[in-house]
Amino acid sequence: MTEQTPVPATRREIPVEVVGKRQGMFGAQGSGDTSGFGGLAAPIALPPASSRPYGHGFDEVADEFEGALEEQGLDPAEVIEKTVVDRGELTFQIAREHLLRAARILRDDPALRYELCLGVNGVHYPSEPGRELHAVYPLRSITHGRLLRVEVTAPDADPRIPSLVSVYPTNDWHERETYDFFGLVFEGHPALTRIMMPDDWTGHPQRKDYPLGGIPVEYKGAQIPAPDQRRSYS
Amino acid sequence: MTTQYEEARDTTEGRVFTVTGGDWGEVVEAVGRADDERIIVNMGPQHPSTHGVLRLILEIDGETVTEARCGIGYLHTGIEKNMEYRNWVQGTTFVTRMDYLTPMFNETAYCLAVEKLLGITDQIPDRASVIRVLMMELNRISSHLVCLATGGMEIGSTTLMIYGFRDRELILDVFELVTGLRMNHAYVRPGGLAQDLPPGAVDQVREAVKLLRSRMHEYDKLATGNPIFKARLVDVGFLDLAGCLALGATGPILRATGLPHDLRKTDPYCGYEDYEFDVATADSADSYGRFLIRLEEMHQSLRIVEQCLDRLKPGPVMVADKKIAWPAQLSVGPDGMGNSLDHIRKIMGTSMEALIHHFKLVTEGFRVPVGQAYTAVESPKGELGVHVVSDGGTRPYRVHFRDPSFTNLQSMAAMCEGGQIADVIVAVAGIDPVMGGVDR
Repeated sequence: MTEQTPVPATRREIPVEVVGKRQGMFGAQGSGDTSGFGGLAAPIALPPASSRPYGHGFDEVADEFEGALEEQGLDPAEVIEKTVVDRGELTFQIAREHLLRAARILRDDPALRYELCLGVNGVHYPSEPGRELHAVYPLRSITHGRLLRVEVTAPDADPRIPSLVSVYPTNDWHERETYDFFGLVFEGHPALTRIMMPDDWTGHPQRKDYPLGGIPVEYKGAQIPAPDQRRSYS
Repeated sequence: MTTQYEEARDTTEGRVFTVTGGDWGEVVEAVGRADDERIIVNMGPQHPSTHGVLRLILEIDGETVTEARCGIGYLHTGIEKNMEYRNWVQGTTFVTRMDYLTPMFNETAYCLAVEKLLGITDQIPDRASVIRVLMMELNRISSHLVCLATGGMEIGSTTLMIYGFRDRELILDVFELVTGLRMNHAYVRPGGLAQDLPPGAVDQVREAVKLLRSRMHEYDKLATGNPIFKARLVDVGFLDLAGCLALGATGPILRATGLPHDLRKTDPYCGYEDYEFDVATADSADSYGRFLIRLEEMHQSLRIVEQCLDRLKPGPVMVADKKIAWPAQLSVGPDGMGNSLDHIRKIMGTSMEALIHHFKLVTEGFRVPVGQAYTAVESPKGELGVHVVSDGGTRPYRVHFRDPSFTNLQSMAAMCEGGQIADVIVAVAGIDPVMGGVDR
């Protein structure tokens, strides 16, 4: 993680995304340092930006995408914040202000043709300042038999991301779900209302600052705490 | 004037009547007196023909549906949130309950994603993959049978329902023998399977396949050429290819437009590239085409099941890495699956290291390297995608299921608007939504 391969000069510099810190050796919290390893601290960093060649035929996809962006008068270095190849999957992290045009290119360019959007999923990283909320869009190209992930981030203070419903109508319910669970506001969505939780619910349940809830249960005379109160080793 | 239904109320949305049954005449009369021609009917969430707690909001003009919307969320159980507080192996116990008619697909999709994160996809033993395929294909048949059975019942064909549930029972018997349970199996685990097939399972599967194959023609006889059945299904719930891709509809709905898109062929997993089967398509893009596809897919699944039985070679069913593999050999007891007594005897009586190892893996679980993965399987309903994120801990950081029922149900409005109100039932049955999967 420390020896990071140099990112090409055309890319906007994104530091390694640290989303948390792991302390100690064994994951248990709140029981004091009984092992002597409690002082260990390691950052939790998301997979860093990859450098070319990406392999897996991803270079061709990246070339086509960057070329198509340039044709549209967009600077690929501005649009693509970073390109990650990890576990055989290609991820473009795209600046949110360019998401709509980028998605249109990904869908319409004959060499890309990601005609099927598989929804959107939110991920909440409370310890990544300014990029707490991630929206993840898997895209599938039936024409070329490819899979791609587009990732967009937004800060908690300003949780707005352009809606993709005008490009991929299937995202209607998916964006409502992500709004419901994470509070991400998809601007331009025709009717961004809650979909799973009741309309008058407060809070967004899948965020990390939203407790799981639950009550202690008595079993054979012993109190079993609620799942989020039990000792964890994570 | 006395009314049998609850007093009509005036709201900002207009006059609201609550119908309890048998009072339609009075309601129609009362509505007839109003100047507003528009009636909005709330169908569900507790209605026998909406496939569970699905609420359909239909704006009708006479018998014609002018606008249709879905209200969902009545079965939301927070499975994805709960999984963040349990370890990776416990996750299978949750995902199996999502779409409860396709438990094997939920489990396999989730386990494939965890295995991808762990980087052990290549180390999964052959026998485990073959049994996964075997169980998934049996599950595909049972899911399609429920779709045909309930769909038939909703249009008045109770025989179709009896036949469908009768044949599904054969498959549930196999599941019960192998996993101990008829539903909610938690049989597929990260790294392989909870346990090997028990003695006699292969014979029972062969028997079931033989019996199912001999009964498949009954559905043809009963429904395929039946003029009443065709009158209800043909040209109903039309959605063309452009509509499917725009709305993200996959599975039989997409294949009914003639596009042979099947992840088992285009993006194979679990060794599907080695099996011989055909992708069923139709070109009518309607409910009848979807029915024909489901029928044909059951035939193809039987073919795959037989190939699985021929491929079964003795061997392990769990990955060799002891840091990941579940330490216990489980066995099926009278109350479902549990620890085998031999294993308990060994760790409690003879090997302290084995006891420590067991304790660590069971209470704490294994760690999964930081990163994210997306895997998808072709469930009976379409593309079942799983997005899994790990922060390097023993619990998932985030798990999201792209359930095909959820996405496909969006196309209800496109299929129903402008049609007859009775066709809504047929169209929804053709989508085959399962609310456990839609709401999760």
